[in-house]
Amino acid sequence: MSSVGTDTPAVQHTSHEEDTGLWSWITTVDHKRIAIMYFATATAFFFVGGMEALLIRIQLMNPEQSIISPELYNQLFTMHGTTMIFLVAMPMAVAFFNYVVPLQIGARDVAFPRLNALSYWIFLFGGVYMTLPILFGVAPNAAWTGYATLTLPQFNPGVNVDFWFIGLSIVGIASLAGGVNFITTIINMRAPGMKMMRMPLFTWMTFVTSFLLITAIPVIAVAMVFLGFDRVFATTFFNPDMGGDPVLWQHLFWIFGHPEVYILILPAFGVISDVIPTFSKKPLFGYPIVVYAGVLIGFIGWGVWSHHMFTVGLGPIADSFFVAATMIIAIPTGVKIFNWIATMWGGSIQFTTAMLFAVGLVVIFTVGGLSGIMHASAPVDLQQHDTYFVVAHFHYVIVGGAMMGLWSGLYYWFPKVSGRFLSETLGKWHFWTTMIGLNLTFFPMHFSGLFGMPRRIFTYSADLNVDIYNQLSTVGAFIFGLSALIMTWNIIRSWRGGEPASANPWGAPHLEWSIPSPPHHYNFPAIPTIRSREPLWNASEREEVLAATMQELDEEPVMPNPSYWPVLLAAAITLAWALVMTGIWWVILLGTLPVLLCVFKWAFEPPFPEGH
Amino acid sequence: MPLDTIETNGRNDMAQAAAAVDDHGHTVTGISNWKVGFWTFIASECLFFGTLISTYMVFKGNAVTGPYPADIFDVLHTTVSTTVLLFSSLAMVLALYAVQRANKKVAIFWLLVVIGMGATFLWMEGTSYLKYIDYGLTLTSSTFGSSYFVLTGTHKLHVIIGMVWMSALIWMIARDRIPPAKAETVEIAGLYWHFVDIIWIVIFTLVYLIQ
Repeated sequence: MSSVGTDTPAVQHTSHEEDTGLWSWITTVDHKRIAIMYFATATAFFFVGGMEALLIRIQLMNPEQSIISPELYNQLFTMHGTTMIFLVAMPMAVAFFNYVVPLQIGARDVAFPRLNALSYWIFLFGGVYMTLPILFGVAPNAAWTGYATLTLPQFNPGVNVDFWFIGLSIVGIASLAGGVNFITTIINMRAPGMKMMRMPLFTWMTFVTSFLLITAIPVIAVAMVFLGFDRVFATTFFNPDMGGDPVLWQHLFWIFGHPEVYILILPAFGVISDVIPTFSKKPLFGYPIVVYAGVLIGFIGWGVWSHHMFTVGLGPIADSFFVAATMIIAIPTGVKIFNWIATMWGGSIQFTTAMLFAVGLVVIFTVGGLSGIMHASAPVDLQQHDTYFVVAHFHYVIVGGAMMGLWSGLYYWFPKVSGRFLSETLGKWHFWTTMIGLNLTFFPMHFSGLFGMPRRIFTYSADLNVDIYNQLSTVGAFIFGLSALIMTWNIIRSWRGGEPASANPWGAPHLEWSIPSPPHHYNFPAIPTIRSREPLWNASEREEVLAATMQELDEEPVMPNPSYWPVLLAAAITLAWALVMTGIWWVILLGTLPVLLCVFKWAFEPPFPEGH
Repeated sequence: MPLDTIETNGRNDMAQAAAAVDDHGHTVTGISNWKVGFWTFIASECLFFGTLISTYMVFKGNAVTGPYPADIFDVLHTTVSTTVLLFSSLAMVLALYAVQRANKKVAIFWLLVVIGMGATFLWMEGTSYLKYIDYGLTLTSSTFGSSYFVLTGTHKLHVIIGMVWMSALIWMIARDRIPPAKAETVEIAGLYWHFVDIIWIVIFTLVYLIQ
């Protein structure tokens, strides 16, 4: 590894064969660089969403405060939820998909490298498009669920909701393209011998998540089309005056929204299913069961959406069905928990930061899972709906589940990405401030919720007697904020100055650890043949694999050309969507021309250097 | 081994040339990435149209004001336009067959037929749209109008995209850029076109036949 190029810190640590200028990053189609950009961008949005959360907590610290106006408060909690889900948790998982999956299955890149770059740029532009309006006080303000009729033009006339449905439509394209890309990559680009049932769990969960993406995103896309038509062209989908049905929105949103929950959590499950065996020095207990449980979660995840709608009044039969389905889906999740525990059982456990976050996930996610089981029951849910109890629940599973899992992955794979370790000392600080911060923030919310504090209201009455819980939550939120700063400082510091790491610093069993850290831009000098689930833990197989993966090549493999069409097409798509806000049909039509032009230029650009 | 599969498959000369020095185009299934990816995309499209069609079905019969489906649909007219669209799939198959046999002129002829039939379909459906608007059914008149026009409009948009795609293929074939080894380019466009046809069969049945 050499240090050339000085544009950004990130540039300095790429391997020496590559260009390292800014332009090379803009035009890159390398899955590893795209992964780094995904991670950096998602972390930036994490700070945006975090600031919004802190402002919310400041406003709620004491009853009947008016530091933040009700209107701004609506925008803050809407954008906090939207940002954290669509611009942080999802793309951060995609960052890991990008970096890790091709390396785990023995591929030189994803199936569609340019499409991959397109996904990133669309995510970036769509995210910025949705984020900027908060600076001008015109951000989306109808909650991340955007329930009709709150979003209809007669009740919400400004441009706020326009930014929301257009922004999410743009970002949705990125997720859809990503889903297609990873399904194709995993089906088609595995190394010889890498059978489906030999794939590492992280790749498996990426596979399941990708199926959820390509099936759930179109549903929300149609919901957004309807909402857009209702707002821009005055159609009647959700307008009750004209026979439209606001409950239709709820159904469409949650038919997407519940699989989305598993889109958030399954990647984290995948990460810790790789991390826990590595640091327990034992193969994953019950590998096929963990795989099937993940697939089952993916399937059942489609049949539970109405548990978000128990208060709508769908009737006892519908409610009973969704109660049962929701309780059933806890079973495969519980199975996984036991598998992780059984993996650790009797292992020689190493408590690195990655392992701490993985174990933290098992503990904290279980707490969130238990409150989830509580409001799987319709009568209980009727009491808890729209209170802080629900807020406590989903923060336990998303922060304590999805995010802890991803941070575990950060500490686990960082040496592979940079060739250097993250500081373990700072890592432990990061872990413990996270644990204390998130429990202090969200545990008291169970109480404030049960005592009747409603969500999404800018203040509360002193008579509720929930002051102390809110004060604890606010203190916890700031500790949690501190943990994010520690993490960022750790990344920045270790990127240049961390302890150098070898190819397989953790003694892990999977293929990504068989190549140098950081990897060549072509990943594998020669594609190894796989004979087991833990190729690097079987002495004879390891020799064979390393002979292929650690060799020096005289002539480098031919890799795809860089291309600037992804970034241009992403800009064109963002522009075309933004023009929908004008509501003038010929302007909208005109906006599709740059898209068409970019698509054609893209299609006729040779993806590989001449002669290949 | 997958490398052999690709060579016996003999569809993509670029992939083959690359495979000689490297392993681009090496796939586990022997099916190209493009085709697997496109099938995945079609799966996604099924959910997209599924949601649109479900919404139409949910709203069916609930419109507060008329006109109602039975008042305005001319099943015979739509049967004719449907037949035209369905037969365009045959032309698509013949175009692919010609490309695989390096029969440039025949391929272009059948692709032109595809475009022509697509245009006929759009024209016939367009005249129906105008008639419905005359009867008072618009995008904003009722839930029936909204869900009908957005559903069928989305389908028409797909037809238009298909026609633009076919035009690009004609241009490429005319410039000898799609030799038989690259016939998959046309095959995938065909997958898309057949999908758009099949979706129309579902729409035709659920919207027009079962009123």
